[in-house]
Amino acid sequence: MSTTTPTRKPPKMRVDLRQYGILAALAVIVILFQVLTDGRLLLPGNLNNLIQQNAYVLILAVGMVIVIIAGHIDLSVGSVVAMVGAVAAISMSQWGMPWWAAVIISLLLGAAVGAWQGFWVAFVGIPAFIVTLAGMLLFRGLTLVFLTGGTINALPGEFNAIGGGWLPELFGTIGEGRGSRDILTIVLGVLAVAMLITQQVRSRAKQRSLELPVERSVSFWIKNGVAAVVILALTFQLSAYRGTPIILIILAVLILLFTFVLNQTVFGRHVYAIGGNLFAAQMSGVKTSWINFFVFVNMGVLAGLAGVVTTARAGGAVASAGQSFELDAIAAVFIGGAAVTGGVGTVIGAVIGALIMGVLNMGLSILSVDAAWQQTIKGLVLLLAVAFDVMSKRRAGRR
Amino acid sequence: MTAILSMNQITKDFSGGVRALDGVSLEVERGHVHAICGENGAGKSTLMKVLSGVYPVGSYGGSINFENHETAYKSINDSEADGIVIIHQELALSPYLSIAENIFLGNEIATRGVVDWPKTNREATMLLARVGLDELPSTPVLELGVGKQQLVEIAKALSKQVKLLILDEPTAALNDEDSAHLLDLINSLRGQGITCIIISHKLKEIRRIADTVTIIRDGQTIETFEMKEADATEARIIRAMVGRDLDSMFPPHTPDIGDELFRVENWTVHHPVDTTRKVVDDASFSVRAGEIVGFAGLMGAGRTELAMSIFGRSYGSHISGTAFKEGKEISVKSVSEAIGHGIAYATEDRKHFGLNLIGSIAVNISAAALSKLSRFGIVDRFAENKVAEDYRGQMNIKTPNVSVLAGNLSGGNQQKVVLSKWMFSGPDILILDEPTRGIDVGAKYEIYGIINDLARQGKAVVVISSELPELLGLCDRIYAISEGTITGEIDRADATQERLMHLMTAGKD
Repeated sequence: MSTTTPTRKPPKMRVDLRQYGILAALAVIVILFQVLTDGRLLLPGNLNNLIQQNAYVLILAVGMVIVIIAGHIDLSVGSVVAMVGAVAAISMSQWGMPWWAAVIISLLLGAAVGAWQGFWVAFVGIPAFIVTLAGMLLFRGLTLVFLTGGTINALPGEFNAIGGGWLPELFGTIGEGRGSRDILTIVLGVLAVAMLITQQVRSRAKQRSLELPVERSVSFWIKNGVAAVVILALTFQLSAYRGTPIILIILAVLILLFTFVLNQTVFGRHVYAIGGNLFAAQMSGVKTSWINFFVFVNMGVLAGLAGVVTTARAGGAVASAGQSFELDAIAAVFIGGAAVTGGVGTVIGAVIGALIMGVLNMGLSILSVDAAWQQTIKGLVLLLAVAFDVMSKRRAGRR
Repeated sequence: MTAILSMNQITKDFSGGVRALDGVSLEVERGHVHAICGENGAGKSTLMKVLSGVYPVGSYGGSINFENHETAYKSINDSEADGIVIIHQELALSPYLSIAENIFLGNEIATRGVVDWPKTNREATMLLARVGLDELPSTPVLELGVGKQQLVEIAKALSKQVKLLILDEPTAALNDEDSAHLLDLINSLRGQGITCIIISHKLKEIRRIADTVTIIRDGQTIETFEMKEADATEARIIRAMVGRDLDSMFPPHTPDIGDELFRVENWTVHHPVDTTRKVVDDASFSVRAGEIVGFAGLMGAGRTELAMSIFGRSYGSHISGTAFKEGKEISVKSVSEAIGHGIAYATEDRKHFGLNLIGSIAVNISAAALSKLSRFGIVDRFAENKVAEDYRGQMNIKTPNVSVLAGNLSGGNQQKVVLSKWMFSGPDILILDEPTRGIDVGAKYEIYGIINDLARQGKAVVVISSELPELLGLCDRIYAISEGTITGEIDRADATQERLMHLMTAGKD
């Protein structure tokens, strides 16, 4: 590699196919189950459920990928989901709070939990594995205390809509009754595609004007073309059910926001720097303790949001909510290509990892595969995904 | 007198055509303490690795004769079976295990896999008495100081029926008292018929303990003589260690020196764990604008510790002293504060402290000055790439583009990335710690050129190096440091390798 002379002609960037390996795996799994279920996997109703059922994993995975990039882990998120759900339900049913106040309380409680754990990890120096293992017990215990073993149901409809509702059909529908399509959903899909293409083209133009290496036009347009077709197809399909799930909007905002945070902000850079080489980060003037603290506060807020979503979709709070959510999120992050040692990982990878798990769940359920086997299969998929990643990295290193 | 060991015409090549040993011969008398001296990188450690089988037979040239038979060690286990034990500078003890467990680690007293604890502890107690360590065998090693851990290592060696004990810089990390105790112990082991090879920089120690001394330079034996000879002086050792011509491998440099830019007064640093030990003792120095100031010191002299403690207290405990920039006192209590005052420190340990090896070149170059590339916490990645590309061209970093991971670069190119990172932080004062370690000659020349450019831009540059020719070829003024104390200051015109080596090996009296 070192023989290449630094010429400054039109520089072209090589496309790293490995980067798309995990996306290809998702595509293969979707196609596989689409065939196995005779096309039932992507029916409008199932597509809608796929999004609403897996929203919690996606939200948690976005926070977890940041925790893991910084070189930590968070085992407590499942318990935090349950505790936040309990407090949210109590605040509405017993304290008479409106739904929006309950949401704010939930997010603040999540932040407080994150600050608590972040304090022990960042300033006392206790490994996150221990702090969050303690948190897992602690917050589950508090959930039981708050709910005194019972459940709280009958929450306001606005609150439940966060997890299980849809945007109003603002522009009406195409057709009537069964087979009608919500126009708003289609409009949103078109808007998303337009924004994607605009952003990509502008970024490319800027790269070129700064004489930085740019991707080849062919692969650039194929990539964006495929993305556009997929988005349009999915939203078109979704429009035939009950419109755009509210949670889909929340997820889209989160994914965009945190992709931006990790890639474009100083905070994101410092997270990668800490995970990549803690000492080098310190010697570059990074305030590592504070970064670690805020990584956990952020995880706490997102766990609080996941608590809201889970409680809203279930329509009530139970003490057993959120069980093993932490494992789903961690699995999604590692399937998405994050490194156990920290320093590597992306939001979009974690999202794809979560979708792989979600599609597996849904596909296997449609095929009425026994729950015991479902778990076995998911375990193997996690192992194989990470093994594939480790081996391809080793091959790349040898080259 | 008979020789227990003779190494004949040993040669050792590393990949890339580096010849570390070029026909070294060494003869060690039975029951002697034999000192090996040489500059860092002279080949001492490589020679000991050849002897102990770390480099297996066949990977080196020449022959080794130990106890009247030719050796063919395939691994360190083979040499230990023959009674050759090497104790490295970095101790290899398991901190949470007890002294007894460490002594017999890998060599457990056991029957059919079951450890015989009473016998283990009894034997350990006897060994501890032999090395003069007054501790229970059940004490965990982490509760011991470095000096006592060193003794545990020696007890471990004795448990293996050692005939030839090799000590690599045994006192480098010890305080005066522990050093004295260790030297006494080596003396008494000699009385018990154990032969010792001791690698050391400290000439006072060599005078005190060694029967014979061999000097190695550039992978060759320069001379061997008995310390009882009349002309076996420290001066003779120094001359043999450094006696080589200055290579004409330095780009021309005309100094243009301005006012004083940075000054440190009465800087004292204690060891982070062993807080009674002073690693840097009352050091004062100054650097002027456009000046390149060298710090000459052997490994463990406290040069890196001095630099890192100034750079935001990144090393040490109980740090005292004051730092001045342009005559005004400044506070450098954290790394970000130091960077804010325009100080940059390029570490000697690139992989550990310098680079995020799994991050791209661009990310590494921007790491110390992201604020310059960001507004409201948002990084302008285009500007970042542009900056990185500029440095790639300017510094001649050999890579197709700046999204290549730093870990995939060669040592010289990694060093250029580290320098780029600190140049981009826009410092006034640059402290470069071993800037050319592990770098080939061509890249060294380029880096010397970069250092000259920095001085020409009016920056104050401090270069820490254990290579004297490098300091003499590069610096306008050189401080020598030994055992944590600045032992002298020499202008370029008056500096010679001999004078510097005298100051670098001057111990405390």
